[in-house]
Amino acid sequence: MFKKLPFILMTLTFVLVLAACGSKNDAGTDGAASNGAGETATELSGNILAVGSTALQPLVEQAGQKFMAVDEYKNVTVQVQGGGSGTGLTQVSDGQATIGNSDVFAEEKIDDAAKVSELKDHQVAVVAIAPVSNKDAGVQDLTKQQLIDIFSGKITNWKDVGGKDQAIVIVNRPSSSGTRATFENFALGTKVEDIQGSIQEDSSGTVKKLVAETPGAIGYLALSYLDDSLQVLKYEGVEATVENVEAGTYPVWAYEHMYTKGDPDAATKAFLDYILSDEIQQKDVTELGYIPVSGMKVKRDAAGTVTK
Amino acid sequence: MNNKLKSRRPLREKHYWEEWTGRIYTSICVVFLIVVMFSIVYFVASKGLSTFFQDGVSLSEFLSGKTWNPAGEPAAYGALPFITGSFITTFLAALIASPLSLCAALFMTEIVPGKGKKILQPAIELLSGIPSVVYGFIGLSVIVPLLRSIFGGAGVGIAAGCLVLSVMILPTVTSIMADALSALPKGLRESSYALGATRWQTIYRVIIPTVLPALLTGIVLGMARAFGEALAVQMVIGNAPHVPTSLLESASTLTSVITLSMGNTTMGSVHNNALWSMALVLLVMTFVFVILVRLLERRNRV
Repeated sequence: MFKKLPFILMTLTFVLVLAACGSKNDAGTDGAASNGAGETATELSGNILAVGSTALQPLVEQAGQKFMAVDEYKNVTVQVQGGGSGTGLTQVSDGQATIGNSDVFAEEKIDDAAKVSELKDHQVAVVAIAPVSNKDAGVQDLTKQQLIDIFSGKITNWKDVGGKDQAIVIVNRPSSSGTRATFENFALGTKVEDIQGSIQEDSSGTVKKLVAETPGAIGYLALSYLDDSLQVLKYEGVEATVENVEAGTYPVWAYEHMYTKGDPDAATKAFLDYILSDEIQQKDVTELGYIPVSGMKVKRDAAGTVTK
Repeated sequence: MNNKLKSRRPLREKHYWEEWTGRIYTSICVVFLIVVMFSIVYFVASKGLSTFFQDGVSLSEFLSGKTWNPAGEPAAYGALPFITGSFITTFLAALIASPLSLCAALFMTEIVPGKGKKILQPAIELLSGIPSVVYGFIGLSVIVPLLRSIFGGAGVGIAAGCLVLSVMILPTVTSIMADALSALPKGLRESSYALGATRWQTIYRVIIPTVLPALLTGIVLGMARAFGEALAVQMVIGNAPHVPTSLLESASTLTSVITLSMGNTTMGSVHNNALWSMALVLLVMTFVFVILVRLLERRNRV
């Protein structure tokens, strides 16, 4: 009996320590939130944790660095993590993260309407996606129907769409990916199944490498990834340029969202406003290959309806 | 007599406390390990099983369904393509790596024990220090184009995956095999030589049969590593959710589909739970590998 005592004691201690860790974390987030709200506007402080979309991560990171360098906000800490849109939305909805970064509207990821209504959407940038092919495919322009036929496996050779006699290799994104959702919603207008033999990669870098090197490959990439190693395909004769996206003539684009649970506290609001300021929108957003939201002449809602 | 006891007491007390600090420290570590282990198993199991109990996906559909289409109407959660993909890549990787490892281990312990151990062993162990993303990138930049130029097609697929994996498990398999071989009693070899056997005869008639269970342990541990490897395989295997018809066709493994989709799905959704179920399958398979190793170790104690 006596021999077992340290063992039992330690078990107890550990359970307590673990429990304490759990509650401490919660307290940390809450404390930070109330801190930010309680302080006066001149002395903002608090911790902002932004989690989610890897596509949006570079922008938030860069903006976060600049934000913390501003004298007024030196007491605010901005932490940025990747993990994917789903993780971002889950964590902001559970209150673990201050901001949830997402490539898609929360409505598309979360089925629970009550949870969605708690979240507040802040659209900070626009990302346009262009279909790309291997340079030797011999095609420059594809129509919507041709793209549907290719991605659903009806057309399997480039010669059927006016290219070379070369089998088509599809380089896709996983079915849960936000980029794929954007491409399917606005370029194809329909969901497609993964066909046998198609390739799926999650990172844009790998997609680019595979499309550039594999004969007959087709894929899609955000504008920031496009260069001479790929053949950028026109969509219905429209080129994927910033001007065309802003004017609403090129339809394959989506907002980058930063969700907060309810209204953001003062520090978070300051950070979101900072990202939407001209300083970040005109410089960093464009530099990193996104399109500023301010320049958009069209708007789109969660259901996909576009208004001028 | 009385004096002696007095002088001893402080020392005994010191030993007593040393004993107790040691005991408490070990207990802390052991309890921590047990807590972590059980929490992981509990977490994976509760998440993975809720696919079947909460979301109503049938176990037979999950294990034998060939269609994986979580976004479809109706959604299909057949994980058979991933399960077969995992098994094929693992077995092929072990098939490629085992003979290489065995030769390397024999070279280090039997043929050139001095130099072999000094040069070859560190060289092979170096392989285990390379991050798996580097293996993936090498696979993508070297093996995939090579396969593409030899066999045509896209180059990504099970063949590329198992080639990358076989290099990754080489150090594990080789070091376990080499350890087993060098732990062999010297007398065994000497008596074989004394009977007039050549070195080759000694190796394949005496040494290999004696350490066979240990060699198999090495292979099984290598397979366990291959089964759980995610990143490198995900980059080169193609990840199409279909049972492949050839080694050069895009396929997926359990791990590759988990890493591909876990971050993009929200916690609690059926898609996410189905990914946890796959994690559970991986966990169960790891248990199987561990049991296999235990059985082999028991046979080893002859």
